[in-house]
Amino acid sequence: MAVDDSLKSELQKAGVFVTTLEWIYNRSRRDSIWPLQFGLACCAIEMIATACSRFDLARFGAEVFRPSPRQADLIIVSGTVTKKMAPQVVRLYNQMPEPKYVITMGACSISGGPFKQGYNVLKGIDRYIPVDVHIPGCPPRPEALLNAIMYLQRKIDRQTTLTGSEKPRWYDQNDTAEWPVPEFGAHDLVPPYNPQVWKPERIERGVGQQEAKH
Amino acid sequence: MATTELRIDDAAARSAETDRMVINMGPSHPATHGVLRLLIELDGEVITKAVPDIGYLHRGDEKIAENMTYTQFIPYTDRLDYLAPLANNVAYALAVEKLLKIHDQLPERCQYIRVMCCELARISSHLVGLGALAMDTGAITVFMYCFTQRETIYNLIEALTGARFTTSYTRVGGLSRDMPDGWLNEVKKFLPECRKAMSEIDTLLTRNRIFIDRTRDIGVITAYDAVEYGLTGPNLRGSGVEFDLRKMHPYLCYDRLEFDIPVGQEGDCYDRYLVRFHEILESCKILEQCIAKMPGGPVNVGDKKIVLPKKEEVLTKMEELIHQFILVTEGINVPPGEAYFEAENPKGQLGFYICSKGGGVPHRLKIRAPSFCNLSILPHVMPGNMLSDTVAILGSLDFVMGECDR
Repeated sequence: MAVDDSLKSELQKAGVFVTTLEWIYNRSRRDSIWPLQFGLACCAIEMIATACSRFDLARFGAEVFRPSPRQADLIIVSGTVTKKMAPQVVRLYNQMPEPKYVITMGACSISGGPFKQGYNVLKGIDRYIPVDVHIPGCPPRPEALLNAIMYLQRKIDRQTTLTGSEKPRWYDQNDTAEWPVPEFGAHDLVPPYNPQVWKPERIERGVGQQEAKH
Repeated sequence: MATTELRIDDAAARSAETDRMVINMGPSHPATHGVLRLLIELDGEVITKAVPDIGYLHRGDEKIAENMTYTQFIPYTDRLDYLAPLANNVAYALAVEKLLKIHDQLPERCQYIRVMCCELARISSHLVGLGALAMDTGAITVFMYCFTQRETIYNLIEALTGARFTTSYTRVGGLSRDMPDGWLNEVKKFLPECRKAMSEIDTLLTRNRIFIDRTRDIGVITAYDAVEYGLTGPNLRGSGVEFDLRKMHPYLCYDRLEFDIPVGQEGDCYDRYLVRFHEILESCKILEQCIAKMPGGPVNVGDKKIVLPKKEEVLTKMEELIHQFILVTEGINVPPGEAYFEAENPKGQLGFYICSKGGGVPHRLKIRAPSFCNLSILPHVMPGNMLSDTVAILGSLDFVMGECDR
């Protein structure tokens, strides 16, 4: 930092506060995360419970649920994402302005959860959109959602917003911020995942194994 | 079906042709309470046609049921009507018990606890129903009041079952465990609180000019239509049909309890609100009687081939060990046959049709979801109302998409 601590305290006595632009930027952003009013299934009820009087999400500045994705910073994917719903979730995410964050709430949106074997259930929304915080649980308790919001706030705190190699993706001119929306194909969603965000582990066959097979 | 007639893709062409506008509502809309999608055709501001598009939460519960034992499916019933998981648990357990032909051997204590579960679930579900209707028509305070009461119920349920939300409390032939000590007193303390909150909600809504204007004579369903479309639960009773399975075909110990069935007159949104409101008070009455009459004794049927034996017996006795092993690995051996059981759930009649070919896994399990049937009336009831009434109608029908799409 260009200003050393002694000078800083001298300036503070004179009523001048020195800080970085990033600090103000992150500070104001972290305390006013506006989530999208968007519920999918059971977890949405716990999300509502979090927003209501007892758990009071307002303490974290995140109580302003916006019905329109254009005004939202955070999408809480709360519930089972089916293959019919997945394109709409990605579309909603696309419609949100940058910077935007994703919390997956509950086992279903992380991996399909108890419905993983269901033929119509997407095995995790992280196949299509980048996820910031995962909350396990079925459904997670409201405390867990509060914890996730706090994690997200810490993540926002760490953002070096304007310059540097850690610069977020929305300052990259080549980033179109449009995530490909899957289509409801004959058997599965097409494509089955977005290789930009989800890299499934590949089992490399050894040469020896191949030879043994023949 | 009608979905082919009304499509959002050719909405522009259609509006040029007919001078009517086709708009899309949902699947992400704050008033659709989940992921219902509606295609609405408008003439000015009057709805001329409405087509619901469901299936955005189709998780394949019925197919999943075919791949697991009867006990393993209990957690999935929590996630059907996720506003009243306890009532679903009870309905499912009763269906399997009917198939096993042990439904009349349930111990008294089990029956009373199950009734208490159902009624607590009914109160908590109707609280959200009322709150959501009030919120959609512009009274957000009521929603907060409702949820505060619901949190108290969550505490009670958590003490009873160990989970706030996804309870999985019942087992085939009984319950996962008995009530904890002092639980009845907690419920007793809750009842006056709940009544007080209800009277507060009453003063906020029942004679509220704005609320009445938004709901009275809106979305009128005649008694004939309600029966024709297979409506059940408060939506049916709101239309003036006095039908409640708890009275008509009593199960558990409902025939030994005194309660009234609130019935509406007009079948509009306001009547459906009133029916839910009074059902909460009736449920309080039932809970009071259950607390007073709560018998002692076991909570599970004695048959060790159905209910897991006690752990200490399993560890010391050979026969119990075998029973436990068989029950856990193969599941309850259900004789071949079919059974259908319906229970009066908060949303309506939740039915389970189970087809067994013997063994521990159902051959087919069909769920009769009340929300699905209740939503079928939308294309009939919506036309003629204004666009802004959509939210009131949807709120008053009080559906849950998890159950509707299954």
